[in-house]
Parts: sequence; structure tokens; C-alpha cells
Amino acid sequence: MIHSFKFQFLRPRPWSRRHLMPSVAVLAVTLACLLAGCSRSSESGGKAKKTMIQDTGSDTMVNLAQAWAEQYATVDPGVSVEVSGGGSGTGIAALVSGTVDIANCSRRFEQQEIDTAKKNTGKEPREFMVGYDALAVYVSKNNPLNEITLEQLADIYAEGGKITKWSQLGVKLPGGSDEIIRVSRQSNSGTYFYFREAILGKGRDFRLGSRDMQGSKDVVELVANTSSAIGYSGMGYNTPEVKQLRVAKKAGDKFYAPTVATTLDHTYPIARPLFMYTLGDPSGAVKKYLDWIHSEEGQKIVVQSGYVPLPKAGS
Amino acid sequence: MPVRQSRRRVEILAEKLIELLIRLCGVSAILFVFGIFFFVFREGAQLLFHGFKFGEFFFSQEWYPSSQSNVRYGALALIAGTASVTALAMLIAVPFGIGAAIFISEFCGPRAKESLKVTIELLAAIPSVVWGFVGLTVMNRVIISLFHTPIGLNVLNGGLILALMSVPIIVSIGEDALKAVPDSYREAALALGVTRWQLIYRVLVPAAKNGLLAAVLLGVGRAVGETMAVLMATGHAVKIPTSIFDSVRTLTATIAAELGEAPVHSNHYQVLFVIGILLFTITFLVNLAADLIVRGLRSK
Repeated sequence: MIHSFKFQFLRPRPWSRRHLMPSVAVLAVTLACLLAGCSRSSESGGKAKKTMIQDTGSDTMVNLAQAWAEQYATVDPGVSVEVSGGGSGTGIAALVSGTVDIANCSRRFEQQEIDTAKKNTGKEPREFMVGYDALAVYVSKNNPLNEITLEQLADIYAEGGKITKWSQLGVKLPGGSDEIIRVSRQSNSGTYFYFREAILGKGRDFRLGSRDMQGSKDVVELVANTSSAIGYSGMGYNTPEVKQLRVAKKAGDKFYAPTVATTLDHTYPIARPLFMYTLGDPSGAVKKYLDWIHSEEGQKIVVQSGYVPLPKAGS
Repeated sequence: MPVRQSRRRVEILAEKLIELLIRLCGVSAILFVFGIFFFVFREGAQLLFHGFKFGEFFFSQEWYPSSQSNVRYGALALIAGTASVTALAMLIAVPFGIGAAIFISEFCGPRAKESLKVTIELLAAIPSVVWGFVGLTVMNRVIISLFHTPIGLNVLNGGLILALMSVPIIVSIGEDALKAVPDSYREAALALGVTRWQLIYRVLVPAAKNGLLAAVLLGVGRAVGETMAVLMATGHAVKIPTSIFDSVRTLTATIAAELGEAPVHSNHYQVLFVIGILLFTITFLVNLAADLIVRGLRSK
């Protein structure tokens, strides 16, 4: 009796977790077979052949990429764009190993990643700027704080920083709690990379003990539920439950809110470009898709998703 | 005659074939376990035997796997995270689990027994990601409003969720252990005029102690290995907890969160596999201990 119970519980455990990689491989193979089967049958059918574009990466951009994909389905019904998130690092890893067509990225490729891509696939990643994001700093809507400087942000988030209490920023929270709850991102996030470089400075690390969320949306959600939290995320994730702080470069400078105008004229200090990367020069459907994204119609969707479009060509 | 004989031969052959198939199934389980161990070990071994900083890994809490200036792989805070959540879970789950096992085995009538057992087994069937969801949304708010902590994603939240997940295992195996105590023990004790409490505390629990201990150890194994629920409920912060209201990050959650980004065969990737080896060793030792204890029980 005991014997049977023991095995019932013993066996599934080592299975489900340690078998992650092989099962992922099996899944990938199955998917590949399915896809191959699909295209072959549609070719032999002689009817409209659907071209797949695989588009993976940045979590900041996943809603935007999804909106593009949906709209593009009406523009060119022959092309289906498959979007998934996971973080810029995930997109880069997938592009570098040659498993996706487009990697969404909220940061630039590092030299080392370009080298790996060249080594693995023989092709160089091509960069396409597709819009801008003002990296917004979020607090709970009940927080009396409205403005913050980059120096203060660095002091809150960086290793060796001095600010741990809201009173050090000169505010008193309505709930009475004084400790700053730092909300950050997991380390494969492009937003995490950008924040580290732009605010903490090259070579500086985050202070340990921040709550590291898996997605841009999770950050905003946690800040909305936690009155003493501060977090950073894309401007497109704003909700009525949170407040975006106005940001200045240093004490004494003017504070700017993250908006389309302040991003385009570079007055908002932590705005960043959003990229799509392909391996080598894009051709065929992928090239057409990227051209469409840069067109007026594509850029209109950037605005609708809450981000900042590219400045009009020629202006 | 020849017809019957050939039929018999076919039957014998079929039987042999089926026997072989079943044997293969049995052996394959062992093969898979060893295959998995080999795979995990191979990925981690390269680093393990070439300049792996054991001191840093076990005694530093600085976990900076993707730093650009100074990469550090200190897993102390992660080990402390796993230990604290598991310890709290066991603190809650053991009294509840053993208590429930005693109630089911000794006190309740046959109908209540069946319905309780089915309900508890249902508890074991809830997927861990659903538990995580409960922790992230429901428990988070409950903890904030009950204890006035700034954030509800902490050791307490993870511990409660893990306790709920390990109680069914402890109850099922604990109840089996109590059932295995011969009825003659009960009859003898009752004949001597003991009360029900004395019967449990002086006779049944000592007689079933090996089985009960095995139940607890398997619960521990479950808690140590759990990933998804603790990833969502503990707040995922690299920190050695000083109270049950601190957020922590566990070993399993770190692997789940970071393996996708780590470039294959980089140091970061291999360190994650070293964590896998560490987890494997912990659960192996716990299961081995449980197994030896059960064996001790059976030989009596």
C-alpha cells in the first residue's frame, strides 16, 4: 500500500521538471513537422499559400507587434505573422540561433550577440527602428510624489544607492508605510538592460532585493496593488490605477512627463528607440511587412498602442 | 494434435513478447531517470570541474548573472529562499497533514472517510500554476489587509501555498501508515482501558512513526521541487529573509526565469544547471531517506 503511494508521487516529479529541454525539443520538432505539413498540403492544393513570419521578443513591444500582425492580416491575407513575447533576450537568442524571422528588441544588440549571430548563421543582424518608447516610472496613484530625477532613481535602484525610504524623497505615504518597494524586471528584459545602462550607468548593477517581474504588464499591476511600490515599464502600459512620474535629468532641471512630444524632441530623458531585427537583409514577405510597418498606416498603430511613432520622413 | 500444439506455440510466443514489452516499460523508467541525471550533470559538469567557485556559490548572496562589469553567481540567498519557504510550509503542513491522517484513519465513519479522501485527492490534482495564481491575486490581497505589510508576495504567501500543495501527500501516505498498524494493537490497548487519545499518542503514532516520517519527507521533497507556484507567490527578490514578510526567490524559480535567456553553454547557463544538480541532490537525498525509512518499516 505504502509502496504504491510512494511511487505515485515519486515518479512524476523528476519527470515534469528535469525533462524540460528534451520536451521543448520534441515540441519544436512536432511544430516544425506540422508547419511543413501545412505548407506542403496548401501548395498541392494550389490555393492561396500562407507565408508565416515568426516574430518574437520584447515584452514591451508584444502588444504593439500583435496589433501590427492583426492589422497586416487585412492588408495581405496571404501572410500570417506569429507574435510571441518573452523578453528582448529571448528574441535575440531565437534570432541568433536562426529560429525566427524577426526579433523585437527594446534595446540594441550587443557586439557579442552580433558576433554569435555571424558565427551561428553566417549572416549579420540588420536593425530597423520602428518607433520609440518613453520608459515611464510608475507609482501608485495615491502616492503624493509627482517628480523624480535620474540621480534619485539611481540612488533607489543601484547597488550602493542611498535611498530606501519615501521620506528621503520628501513624501509621506497615506498608508504610513515608508519603505520603498522596488519593482524591477527579470534579467533577460530589454527594459532591464536599458534602465541599467541609462540610469544606473555603464557597469553598475541593480541592488539586490527588488521584486523582479516577468512582464511589463506585471510591473504596472504590482505597482497598482502596492501603495509603497515604484516600478519602470513601457509608456504603453499606463492604467488609471497608477501614476507616471515626471522625470528630470538632475536636480534643478525641468521635469517632463512621458508623452509623444517630449519623446520626439528628446526632452524626456529616458526615451528609447524600439527595434526589429532580421538576419541579413530581409527579402520577400518579411521585407514587405517591415516596409508596411514604416508606412503611415503602420506608424498609426504605434500611436494607437500608446507608443511614439518615428518622425515623418523628410521632416 | 499438431494444430493444438502450434496454437500453444503461438500463445507461448505472444506471452513472451508481451512479457518483453512490459519488461522494457519497466526498464525504460530507470533509463529515463539516469538519462535525465546524465543530461543535467553533463551540462553543469564542464563548469563544475573547471574553476567553479564553490565558496562564492554557497556563501555569497550576490546573484548577478548578467552583470556587465562584475558577474557573480552567489546562490546563498536562493538557497535561503528555498529553505525558508519549505520550512514554513512544513511547519504548517505537518500538523495539519498528520492530524488529518489520524482523523481519517481512526475517528471518522466510512462515509465521511470516503468523501474526505476524495476531496483531499482533488486538492492534489490542482495544477501548480493555478496555485500560483491564487497566491498572486487572492493571498496577496489577504496578506496585505491582514498584516498591513507593504506587499503580500513573501515567504508567508509561498509557504501557505506550498503547505496546501503538500498536505494531500502527507495525508495519503500518513493514513496508509496508520492503517498498516495491526488491529491487534488497537484491541490490546483498548482492552487495557486506554482512552482514544492515549491509544493514538502512546500506541498508534509510535507504531507508525516510520511511515509518518516518510510522509513528511515526501512532503518536503514536493515543496523543495515546486517551481511555478513559488515563482508567482514569493515575489522573486534575491534576498535572505529576516521575517516571514520578506520576499524571496527560490532555486527552482531562478532556473525557470533565467534558463530561456541564458545563451547555451555560457557560464550563466551552466550555473543554472549546477543549481539543477543541487536540487536533484536535495530531492534525491530526501527521497532516499524516505525510502530507507519505509524499508525499515516493512522489515519489522
